[in-house]
Amino acid sequence: MAGQVHSLLDRKIVLPAFREAILKINPRVMVRNPVMFVTMAGALVTTIECSSAFFRGRSAAFSLQVALWLWFTVIFANFAEAMAEGRGKAQAASLRKARVKTVAKRLTSGGSTETVPAEALRRNDLVVVRAGDIIPADGEVTEGAASVDESAVTGESAPVIREAGGDRSAVTGGTRVLSDEMVIRVTADPGEGFLDHMISLVEGAHRRKTPNELALTILLAALTIIFLLVIATLKPFGAYVNAPFPIPVLAALLVCLIPTTIGGLLSAIGISGIDRLIQKNVLATSGRAVEAAGDVDVLLLDKTGTITLGNRQAVEFFPAAGVSTEELADIAQLSSLADETPEGRSIVVLAKRYGIRGREVSEFQDARFIAFSARTRMSGIDVAGKCYRKGARDAIEEFVTGGLPTDVLECTEDIARRGGTPLVVADAGKVYGVVYLKDIIKGGLPDRFARFRAMGIRTVMITGDNPNTAEAIAREAGLDDYLAEARPEDKLALIRAEQAAGHLVAMTGDGTNDAPALAQADVGVAMNTGTQAAREAGNMVDLDSNPTKLIEVVEIGKQLLMTRGALTTFSIANDVAKYFAIIPAMLLGTFPQIAALNIMRLTSPQSAVLSAVIFNALIIVALIPLALAGVKFRPLGTEVVLRRNLLIYGGGGILSPFIGIKIIDMIITALRMV
Amino acid sequence: MNAVDWVHLAAFLLVLAALTKPLGLYIQRVLDPRGRTFLDPGIKPLERTICRLMKIDVDREQDWKEYLLSVLVFGAAGFLFTFAILRLQHLLPLNPEALGPVAPDLAFNTAVSFMTNTNWQNYSGENTLSYFSQMVGLTFHHFVSAATGIAVAAAFVRGISRDRAATIGCFQVDLIRSCLYLLLPICLVYALFLVFQGTIQNFSPYLRAGTLDGGAWQIIAQGPMASQTAIKMLGTNGGGFMGANASHPYENPTPLSNFVQVLSILLIPSSLTYYLGRAVRNSRHGWSVWAAMLCLFLSGLLICWWAEARGNPRLEQLGVDASFGNMEGKEVRFGIFSSALFGAATTAASCGAVNSVHDSFTPLGGWVLLFNMMLGEVVFGGVGVGLCGMLIFILLAIFLSGLMIGRTPEYLGKKIENRDVQVCALAVLIPSILPLVLTAITISSEWGTASLNNSGPHGLSEILYAYTSAANNNGSAFAGLSANTPWYNLTLGFSMLAGRFIVIMASLALAGNFARKRALSRRGGDFPVSGGTFCLLLVATVVLVGALTFLPVLSMGPILEHFLMTGSDLLF
Repeated sequence: MAGQVHSLLDRKIVLPAFREAILKINPRVMVRNPVMFVTMAGALVTTIECSSAFFRGRSAAFSLQVALWLWFTVIFANFAEAMAEGRGKAQAASLRKARVKTVAKRLTSGGSTETVPAEALRRNDLVVVRAGDIIPADGEVTEGAASVDESAVTGESAPVIREAGGDRSAVTGGTRVLSDEMVIRVTADPGEGFLDHMISLVEGAHRRKTPNELALTILLAALTIIFLLVIATLKPFGAYVNAPFPIPVLAALLVCLIPTTIGGLLSAIGISGIDRLIQKNVLATSGRAVEAAGDVDVLLLDKTGTITLGNRQAVEFFPAAGVSTEELADIAQLSSLADETPEGRSIVVLAKRYGIRGREVSEFQDARFIAFSARTRMSGIDVAGKCYRKGARDAIEEFVTGGLPTDVLECTEDIARRGGTPLVVADAGKVYGVVYLKDIIKGGLPDRFARFRAMGIRTVMITGDNPNTAEAIAREAGLDDYLAEARPEDKLALIRAEQAAGHLVAMTGDGTNDAPALAQADVGVAMNTGTQAAREAGNMVDLDSNPTKLIEVVEIGKQLLMTRGALTTFSIANDVAKYFAIIPAMLLGTFPQIAALNIMRLTSPQSAVLSAVIFNALIIVALIPLALAGVKFRPLGTEVVLRRNLLIYGGGGILSPFIGIKIIDMIITALRMV
Repeated sequence: MNAVDWVHLAAFLLVLAALTKPLGLYIQRVLDPRGRTFLDPGIKPLERTICRLMKIDVDREQDWKEYLLSVLVFGAAGFLFTFAILRLQHLLPLNPEALGPVAPDLAFNTAVSFMTNTNWQNYSGENTLSYFSQMVGLTFHHFVSAATGIAVAAAFVRGISRDRAATIGCFQVDLIRSCLYLLLPICLVYALFLVFQGTIQNFSPYLRAGTLDGGAWQIIAQGPMASQTAIKMLGTNGGGFMGANASHPYENPTPLSNFVQVLSILLIPSSLTYYLGRAVRNSRHGWSVWAAMLCLFLSGLLICWWAEARGNPRLEQLGVDASFGNMEGKEVRFGIFSSALFGAATTAASCGAVNSVHDSFTPLGGWVLLFNMMLGEVVFGGVGVGLCGMLIFILLAIFLSGLMIGRTPEYLGKKIENRDVQVCALAVLIPSILPLVLTAITISSEWGTASLNNSGPHGLSEILYAYTSAANNNGSAFAGLSANTPWYNLTLGFSMLAGRFIVIMASLALAGNFARKRALSRRGGDFPVSGGTFCLLLVATVVLVGALTFLPVLSMGPILEHFLMTGSDLLF
């Protein structure tokens, strides 16, 4: 199931990854990665040199060991990639379980249905699905409504309603209809459906290098060319100073210098970034989208559902002059008994805190309940000759005779200013007071937004509320900005404006009218419960339909980029120590005076070369966990993050091989390997 | 390394720092076609006339391809012009010594050398070139090659600072304004100062003087030296009037003239960093780039100075007083520090003028000079192109580690993309591998090693120095290599062309690319392009790229030589 975290040592992944690592030793595969291609060439040349030495009866023990470790370097790099792919495949396999063979009941032009295999469906075919059926393809409901179990895709067991028209019309192939019947228009040809696309992406079959990966590959290739020439020219320089450099030593130096660490781990880092998103139940349409998420610096967040809990709650009673709080609480509760909206429920609950006992509708046999309606914007109860009502201010104003007293008016204005919603409680002749309904902000958000601000990311709330309310909520949640009284088309305009001002924007959306904005945004996360149009417009889909997750998506994107940068820096910084190991080793035979450069005091020239090569191979394995899990993400200011990472991965990259090579040298000396 | 020298160093740095901002501000006005300067009353009419005569529309800007085409055509024309003068100098005026035409391969090498602001000299000026060749054929390039560099830097900076623009300025206007407002006025004052210090400026035939020991006659070369010396230093050209360059008492008569000459090498490159900061509206960025350059410069200088002051243990064994340091090849009127300072500055800033023999530096001192050039001439660097090279390194540094802040890399709000990286990689790759490959070919061939006066690691250093100097457009030479042969003339000429124009093409392509980009506005979340972290990152990137490329060959040249000098009795 999506969302599962696979252990690093999961045997079902590690063992096939080893097999893959060997199978990937194929020039046509390797050439995609210039660094590892050169490594393989180095291994090959050393092997040939080693065997020719063997057949000519010369000692080949040293060159054999170098050759072996060069091959290990290639295999370890392949293994890293295979591990990442394996984890992706494990995710994909669980997604694919949803892909059981299904049959579809296709509507013919005559109006009757015919049974065809799901693979035979084409775009714009109409199919009928009934309770118990598996939906055969991605589509849009054109008729009827049904409850659907989408747990195969989302892992969420509660059924969801899918209905024609509106924002909940999209269905996903592979999900199961639980009740009722509906007609679906197929929107994707077989093999091109949403799930198919996601599965192939996760498996890495259609993974393309992202622009940044491409650019990095080019730079690594350029470095590789420089080092190739550095090594190629060493031979004549050596000949000039009468220092013969054997081929295995040159090959070893070459492989140590070219950035094998990042070259070997680059694709694993990319795959695992997508993989981490899937663990959060977010599917990205491309690796590019994950990178873009790291780049985003403006987050557009819908108020409802993202910042607030989606419904307002009563938090306080403000009695009118001459009314006690208890009396107001009592009347407010009475008039809310029949109000089944979350707001109404919250009034009943709040009243209990004032000692008002909970009452049931059934206790009032002779009373008439007036349910809340959008037209009257009031609810209430007619009991014992009184008509108690609670509702929006202007609705009550019309309802009561003689208007609202000034203290109540002031109180309502004050609440509105603070971003709350005032409800006035009254009967025909008397106003009792005001109930303060407040948007409840999700826990932990202000903290999170503050961290984003530190990273230079601006958060903007989008709401249909009036500016007063919007500002108050924005302030309370710690947002940087808000767009009040927003209509759906305003979102698109806002995104364009932000982009024109030089920002990269991320947003979430679900409705059809969100689609243009989702397409325009640099990162558009569509809710899985949203329409097909929205899902196609965005570049990510959140299977849990939890808009707050946009924040996590950004963090994962940043983490991916940081990991790539950290390992690149580490890889290049490593070279310094390798020079200090190998260069003195190369010259020591001819010029013993150069021993002063052997600052690690390595045992012999051969042990020095071998230690460097072994370190170079093992460091790839050692860093696989970091590549797959990503560097620890800390929401700090960019300067602090840079300094920190430079210190850890740049400074550490220079120092650690000195220590590592020394230790390996001591081990191979103790084992008498050379 | 005595107290006086430290005061000398402090004074030098203070004056350099103090001049950077005012000259940077002035350069900003010069490089703005509509900028006003205090010289407008005198020069504006001249500028207008030149523009009118050359039919230059001051308001029409060029995109990067047009700009590049202008640079290339101008360079080619300049090359042909000088090549023709050198070949025909026996027919041209101002040739009192009746010097003959310059050989074709030497003329090619020399014309390329001056056109590319390298000023590698495979000849001795006073024995080969007439006054006309020196003044018209060469001094012309002293001005325009420097101005070309400034123009390219201006175009690069414009590209970086503009938002979604198609053009990066007009080469002709930049060239003319740099010459008229910047180089000529400073050189006028500067040349007069040199004359005041004792530099000669005449068209007289060479003097014949009787020597003190009697009987022998000495020929003392004459010529218009002050004018050529001023621009050779200010424009980081380095091609001296005399073969002995700035060690000759005529070209560099006093310690004061020496101080000013070293200062003038670094003056414009240093001020251009301030111009960069102003142009991108982030002065701290400009100063940070300056600080990174200074840091690289000082580290090299201190090592070189220390190595020279420490002297040569082999000579001490022969009874030479160790307290003098390594005075071989140095002028006594300059001493150890001024020679080390001049050497470090001339190699760091791609000037190539010398006031001492670099060949005679201790191995470590010579290593510093060599390594300064190997860094790609970005430690202040040649006028204009030094800044261009540094900007390319900035892009590389940010690309390599910019990801670590959790964003795809961007410089001043502009994304560094695939194409930019390709161009940067090429610009670093070619000047790095050219010296390596050509040295390797030369060292393994008869016609290469035949020119060597030394064997062993020092011989390798000499050849390596020559190709490094050429590919990075420095122009200074380790003596000891007789490079006036067809092989050296042609390969060095090729290196100079490649080194110069790869960097120029890359800079202009990047300028065009960046001009087109949308500048993202980051509020507090930018990649930090100022402050200690950035400086450290930049310094580390420059050193690492240089060290990783050249450490193996250096370890068989100067580094090996150092250990052989201190730890063995081997002679070469």
